[in-house]
Amino acid sequence: MKILWFLLEKEFRQIFRDPGILRVIFIMPVMQLILLPNAADYEIKNIHITVVDNDHSSYSRQLISKITASGYFKLEHYSTNYPGALEDVEKDRADLVLEIPPKFEKQLVKEDESTVFMSVNAINGVKANIGGAYLQSIVEDFNREVRLKWVQFPRFNPQPVIQVTSANWFNPLMSYKQFMVPGILVILVTMVGSFLATLNIVKEKELGTIEQINVTPIRKYHFILGKLIPFWVLGLLIFTIGLLIARVVYGIVPAGHLFVIYVFAAVYLLAILGLGLLISTFTATQQQAMLISFFLMMVFILLSGLYTSIDSMPAWAKMITRFNPVTYFIEVMRMVVLKGSGLRDISGQIFTVLLFAVFLNGWAVLSYRKRA
Amino acid sequence: MQDAITTRNLTKTFGSFTAVDAITFHVKKGEIFGFLGANGAGKTTAMRMLCGLSFPTSGKATVAGFDVATETEKIKRSIGYMSQKFSLYEDLTVRENIRFYAGIYGKSRAFIREKTSRVLQQLRLENEADKLVGALPLGWKQKLAFSVAIFHEPEIVFLDEPTGGVDPVTRREFWNLIYEAAGDGITVFVTTHYMDEAEYCDRVSIMVDGKIGALDSPKGLKETFGVNSMDEVFLKLARGAKRSDG
Repeated sequence: MKILWFLLEKEFRQIFRDPGILRVIFIMPVMQLILLPNAADYEIKNIHITVVDNDHSSYSRQLISKITASGYFKLEHYSTNYPGALEDVEKDRADLVLEIPPKFEKQLVKEDESTVFMSVNAINGVKANIGGAYLQSIVEDFNREVRLKWVQFPRFNPQPVIQVTSANWFNPLMSYKQFMVPGILVILVTMVGSFLATLNIVKEKELGTIEQINVTPIRKYHFILGKLIPFWVLGLLIFTIGLLIARVVYGIVPAGHLFVIYVFAAVYLLAILGLGLLISTFTATQQQAMLISFFLMMVFILLSGLYTSIDSMPAWAKMITRFNPVTYFIEVMRMVVLKGSGLRDISGQIFTVLLFAVFLNGWAVLSYRKRA
Repeated sequence: MQDAITTRNLTKTFGSFTAVDAITFHVKKGEIFGFLGANGAGKTTAMRMLCGLSFPTSGKATVAGFDVATETEKIKRSIGYMSQKFSLYEDLTVRENIRFYAGIYGKSRAFIREKTSRVLQQLRLENEADKLVGALPLGWKQKLAFSVAIFHEPEIVFLDEPTGGVDPVTRREFWNLIYEAAGDGITVFVTTHYMDEAEYCDRVSIMVDGKIGALDSPKGLKETFGVNSMDEVFLKLARGAKRSDG
């Protein structure tokens, strides 16, 4: 016990003496939480569109102004012919081309139907998809307006129409930030927790100080606890700073108990630190450790349900997400912050992450060798 | 009198490479034992096995009466070790380094406090006690590292090229520290490339290609090889070596 105190004392001294680490602890969460939720947004805006208007009628102009007025599209260029417009696509100036045929207005008025042609630059798949769908709904909307003007509707609509009204539970304004900020905070805690612990140990390997420790009668679990506890405290500190920023900057007040969040965060950090320790026992240099951590972090983030919905992933990817601790923390954060879930609701997640923690730390202790 | 270190056919191989090839020797208690050899001769590997940092491939060895293969944790309580790489924490102060290493050997706070002031006085580092170790000149760091290695009063201290890159004056001071430690009854096991330092040892072994090429007092070695200095003894032996890092 006394030996552990000496280890902790040394570790905390070194951490708080290192200006680099202090910067990571205090500036990184602030920057990430303030910048990212405002920039990394699901909504697609600023879709560049080039229009080929072969009709030059009042209706074609109305359609174009309706498109630009929607706020999603930026009129890049009026082109006189389709090949000219395609050139915009080739040069990546336009995401969409809309071609309005000659006699668009005439047909619409006389024959009650007309066609417009849309071609999409599908290099950025997401943007093309959503942009195309936006444009389609704008054209449909325009179509309805025109018909209203020219066609006398019968008293009863010949086609039955089902209107859907909806209510958004738990996040009534569908605020993107309410959804995103807790997730980004999770990633932040994960990165800081695992990177700091891993690099700390590997640095001792590089400097050779670990060898000096290995010739002492110190016990393995003393050494591991001496590394685990400081970064566990640090992780919770960063987490707290993040929650404060979420409250002050975004007005996010968890619907559930803070206590519930902290219970989960405490267990979660043990699992993540265990992973960090494990990586450090298998690597010899900070570079190796950094690369492996980065690789895992990429997988963890992309398969965590933060940016994409896990429900729409293929079955094998869903399996992987079940072995990703980040998935559980993001789930829990959203449940507690938005829905107000309690300890009982998240007991499954706590248990799973606890298993991760035991497994990873156990493996790390077993593979940490005092001699080769 | 019991030996501090005994080895019998101690061997370490890495794949097909035999770094240490069946070495057998004894180190007496309280002795200053010089462990010489060219770069790559296997000195560090042998020393790491004796300190419990590396498993022997075959052969037997005891350190402070404990078996190297099975009782390493007991050995670790009885030895001090100063590695080739400087291994104090540069971002801790002199005092904090002493405190940390003494602490993980399980020494009491009172013992640490009392002995720290004695050691600082001995090293004439009282004014630097609260400076970061990284800011000290190399020679001072090495002296400090040695004092830290014997702070917990081990039976045996292993020194791996402790004076590499240190100026002659500081080396002299370093050896005074070694003599003082030996005077306190600590067995000193030291590797070095400086032949003048070899002359300070009670007995010297010279490793060649993983084997012990010669073992005797410096005087005895010079007589055996019929030369006037340890330098010549070393050159005669090392010239025959097949492996060398050039």
